[in-house]
Amino acid sequence: MLLEQIINGITLGSIYAIVALGFTLVFGVLGIINMAHGEIFMIGAFIGVLITSVFGLPLWIAFLAAIGVTVILGYMLERIALRPLRGKQGVSHLAPLISTIGVSILLENLSHHIFGAGNHPFRHSFAQIQFQVGSITIYLVQILIFVISITLMVVLSYWLSKTKAGKALRATAENLETASLLGVNTKRTITTTVILASALGGIAGILVGMAFNSVNPQMGLSMGLKGLAIIILGGMGNVKGAMAGGLLLGLAETMIVAYGDSGYRDAIAFITIIFILLLRPQGIFGKNTAEAGR
Amino acid sequence: MRNSFKRVYLLISVLMVVMLAACGEDDTNTSNASEKSEGPVSAKIGVISYMTGPGAAYGEAITNGFNLALDEINEKGDVKIELIIEDSAGKQDQALTVAQKLMSSDDIVALLGPTLSTEMNVVGPEADINGIPIMGTSTTAAGIPQIGEYVFRNSIPESLAIPAALEKAVNKYGAKKVAILYGNDDLFTQSGYDTMKAEAENMGLEIVTIETFQKGQSDYNAQLTKIKDLQPDLILASALYNEGAVIMDQARKMGIDLPFVGGNGFNSPQVIEIAGEASEGLIVATPWFGEKDDPKVQEFVKKYESAYGHKPDQFAAQAYDALYIMAEGLKNAGEADRDALRDALAEIKDLDGILGKFSFDEDGDVIMEPTVLIIKDGAFQQFE
Repeated sequence: MLLEQIINGITLGSIYAIVALGFTLVFGVLGIINMAHGEIFMIGAFIGVLITSVFGLPLWIAFLAAIGVTVILGYMLERIALRPLRGKQGVSHLAPLISTIGVSILLENLSHHIFGAGNHPFRHSFAQIQFQVGSITIYLVQILIFVISITLMVVLSYWLSKTKAGKALRATAENLETASLLGVNTKRTITTTVILASALGGIAGILVGMAFNSVNPQMGLSMGLKGLAIIILGGMGNVKGAMAGGLLLGLAETMIVAYGDSGYRDAIAFITIIFILLLRPQGIFGKNTAEAGR
Repeated sequence: MRNSFKRVYLLISVLMVVMLAACGEDDTNTSNASEKSEGPVSAKIGVISYMTGPGAAYGEAITNGFNLALDEINEKGDVKIELIIEDSAGKQDQALTVAQKLMSSDDIVALLGPTLSTEMNVVGPEADINGIPIMGTSTTAAGIPQIGEYVFRNSIPESLAIPAALEKAVNKYGAKKVAILYGNDDLFTQSGYDTMKAEAENMGLEIVTIETFQKGQSDYNAQLTKIKDLQPDLILASALYNEGAVIMDQARKMGIDLPFVGGNGFNSPQVIEIAGEASEGLIVATPWFGEKDDPKVQEFVKKYESAYGHKPDQFAAQAYDALYIMAEGLKNAGEADRDALRDALAEIKDLDGILGKFSFDEDGDVIMEPTVLIIKDGAFQQFE
């Protein structure tokens, strides 16, 4: 029982973590909370369903297609909803937040229109592969999700700290104008970031589809809010924080259901977050000042 | 400019003439109706239905059912009915407005609808005050017929459907321990849960755990692992089919092979579509079973399919029977009078419809034996 619940919690937490990674990237560089991230994640899940269940193509094509579509969405999000608002005089710092909310409403209703309101099953033989250890059933998908989330975190950390593009990204995050003066192509860096974050959302979408076999137009909203809570918990714009925060929330939610009352699942999870933030306002991995954390 | 004014005047005067003509027609009709003329009783019945908006599919099925019954009844010739259909858009205020409009017309003797229980909660009291019989065909919430003397319904409430399904399931599987799972952020699933819990306690079953979930949740593994560990004999799930199907899918994956007992919201062919094989073993009680071995039912299904191009659902069937109940009431009343119709409706007993034998209790609620179904071999089948 305990072991099974821990596996459940880690699976859920890993998915939260991948969603949160996308949030944290955009926030870290642009200082914007991208409210459309949850919906991009949902579109990724739908593309997965479409490719595997409707067209019957293999899983790796589904991953490529989902990444492809979410990359395009990310590019359009940056070009249409974010770039026109950047650096303009008189634009409120809340304007990009509102425009991403607009994009999220648009995407949710669009998929509502195209796919219908109901749940769509993710039928793929890969999702059925399982191991029996004693009375515990472990699905290969659960292991895959955990491995993918850890890999993404490691690769992202390495890329941010060691590669040139990663350094450019951090420089842009530090100060847009200075980075631009020092020869960083900030426009391209920002676009790359938004695209990268969206692709992460697409990957998370497919993984959720495989793990829980339920994809619907409303799934983006709750996932998005959880992702938001996690980056606040882990420390804004911090990759390790997103990972730790995601796992923590996933495990906490599962354990509350397992040993407490499932009605308080969200309540206790968020109360925990509030307490942690009271003790460490900057989040678990956050730097001391908000500026330094960015 | 002047020309366009002229046109507007012309339009207005034409409209006025038309309206006057319409009034004249109305007048003659009322005098006809109240004269208690020999021959069949003719009456107008107002319909309030959810025709536009996200729930428009319900309104469509319901009005289709009405129209099919209307043609048959008028052809038979015992009574002559005319339907005046109005759209409530699923909104309380609009439902009330159109209801008031219908009620204020004296030659309308009864109302059918509205579609949602929340709409009925505002329209029902108004109809009761005005003394016009009103019958819901899809309102399943508790307390609807108790609104007043003039309020009826022919849709089976959850408080009748769930115990029927539970009793049969418990008898068949000899269940002693049950686990309950329900959506705690929806009025409908919550009231279903109340019924389940009360009924389980009534039957002396041990409730091993009560778990909750929220609308649109995708991960139910934590709750299901817990239920699996407690080893109940039966799982009672008050869920809408969307969440319910996913719950069953994840349960089967985890190795839980127990039968599920669900409420009316769980009763949809969509469950089979979403969950596939995992949906096997879902038990629900429903007033409507389209595969029933009854010539009346089969004829209705055939007629409906040829008229509208798809199979009728529960809502169409309930509407179809509702109009027959109204026709029976009118025939027995012998005149198109609101009070006479109310009294005649209240006395209806064992009326044979496509849903089964139908009677009203003293509140105007349904007395009927629902059919219990189970999903087996990829389809709903009668559960014995």
